[in-house]
Amino acid sequence: MTERQLAVVTAGLSQPSSTRMLADRLAEATESGLGELGAVTATEVVELRDHAHDLTNNLLTGFAGEKLAAALDSVVGADGLIAVSPIFSASYTGLFKTFFDVLPQGSLDGKPVLIGATAGTPRHSLALEHAIRPLFTYLRAVVVPTAVFAATEDWGSGGVAADGTLSGRISRAGRELAVLMASSDAGPVDPYEHLTPFEDLLRGPSAG
Amino acid sequence: MQFGVFTVGDLTTDPTSGRVTSEHERIKAMVAIALKAEEVGLDVFATGEHHNPPFVPSSPTTMLGYIAAQTNRLILSTSTTLITTNDPVKIAEDYAMLQHLADGRVDLMMGRGNTGPVYPWFGKDIRDGIPLAIENYHLLHRLWREEIVDWEGKFRTPLHSFTSTPRPLDGVPPFVWHGSIRSPEIAEQAAFYGDGFFANNIFWPKDHFARLIELYRSRYEHYGHGSADQAIVGLGGQVFMRKNSQDAVREFRPYFDHAPVYGYGPSLEEFTAQTPLTVGSPQQVIDRTLEFRDHFGDYQRQMFLMDHAGLPLSTVFEQLEMLGGEVVPVLRKEFEALRPAHVPDGPTHSARVSAARAAEASDEGADAGTLEVMAESVG
Repeated sequence: MTERQLAVVTAGLSQPSSTRMLADRLAEATESGLGELGAVTATEVVELRDHAHDLTNNLLTGFAGEKLAAALDSVVGADGLIAVSPIFSASYTGLFKTFFDVLPQGSLDGKPVLIGATAGTPRHSLALEHAIRPLFTYLRAVVVPTAVFAATEDWGSGGVAADGTLSGRISRAGRELAVLMASSDAGPVDPYEHLTPFEDLLRGPSAG
Repeated sequence: MQFGVFTVGDLTTDPTSGRVTSEHERIKAMVAIALKAEEVGLDVFATGEHHNPPFVPSSPTTMLGYIAAQTNRLILSTSTTLITTNDPVKIAEDYAMLQHLADGRVDLMMGRGNTGPVYPWFGKDIRDGIPLAIENYHLLHRLWREEIVDWEGKFRTPLHSFTSTPRPLDGVPPFVWHGSIRSPEIAEQAAFYGDGFFANNIFWPKDHFARLIELYRSRYEHYGHGSADQAIVGLGGQVFMRKNSQDAVREFRPYFDHAPVYGYGPSLEEFTAQTPLTVGSPQQVIDRTLEFRDHFGDYQRQMFLMDHAGLPLSTVFEQLEMLGGEVVPVLRKEFEALRPAHVPDGPTHSARVSAARAAEASDEGADAGTLEVMAESVG
């Protein structure tokens, strides 16, 4: 049985956090999707709240402290990523953005990503499409079609996994991510292992 | 093993007194620090090159020439010379001139700079950073070694029948280090030429630099300059000392907390744990510096940053006296005892002249052959 690494980044600030709750549900849906495809999942959750100081320090010093470096590595090395943020002022939170700002360039190239967001009311739901999805498109990730938004009221509505309910959207999104992860071999190119020999450097970037 | 100080040349208000330093004062202080470095028995003084405030050293050879006239032993170097935005022809001329004036006590370190707008200010594109460093240095390397140079590249006017003057002292160009904090390409470049590689080391965790140095060493061997452990490595370090470590921490903390590079970020304790910064007693500095060898192997040059973040000149002098009086003599002895016989000492002009004469006497040299073939195939 193949194993797949799943990284979950959650930017909820309160504890307990509904953002974390959504992230966990999305992770379960992805794990069960991968299970149906014959793969086991190793999931690592990164709670950005725990790294808030280190993230600011990284912005100022240019390097990640040990704990943050481990969190970044878990995302870099994962076959797929779930990224969930609360919506603040019509967009992802600053903490959420900071994590992806300090992630080494190229880390998400071609990586399957499932995005989710939470907010107090459903009026913020399109922030997923106009703010979060473009961020990951910029980072060259492959974002699954279903993005999952959970307003406070969603946690109390909806019955069994009918397609339009929160549960239904979670299952669909998890399946979509699982399918991409099952066939993914995404991973950043290590510049040390794929060193450009000096002969090529000297010929310059234009030469073949 | 060579020990020295390198200065960024920043104008920073002293956070404890609010005292503002003038450019004139800072420039004179940098000179005084160099003279002090020789006085306390250090081997090297290096200055940065910057083209924007709050930094003063835009013109390294002017400063180093002035220092050369007032010193006898000190090696004068840079940290770094901008190989990207300076004209390599002017670097060849300026540093050959300095080399003559200083009787060979000159080497230099190539770097790409860390201030984006310097590129457009000097008519370059920052996206060409690596290609500029590669092409410009290749030309510089030739200008110092070939009497008459015909050359065409992407980034500067072609040269036909050009001779860079003065020719390097004794026909031996200044030793060159290549400094980088994140680019494997630069480690590869240093290895190709058999030049030195300098890992600034001070602001980042050691694992990062260990990887760069390991790459440089293995490629140095690959290009036939010697075994990996014979590659020429320099490291940066940053220390603040008092007899009692608690006093050092108490006195340095406000400078750390407000420092331009890491101020308002991690705590002094976090930063000293994560990077080579050492704030404590001379013995702690000795122990920490000896550990560098465990991480990076035997190396040839250790530079210390001593004069930044608004520290008063009188304090910097006290630091230099402790460094030269208590720390470096012990480090010299310890490193020397540990260094295997086949690992070279720090590069000096006289040693390089002897090596060049010995190579001429025996054969034409395998690495010179490689370089000529490369130069022909690439133009």
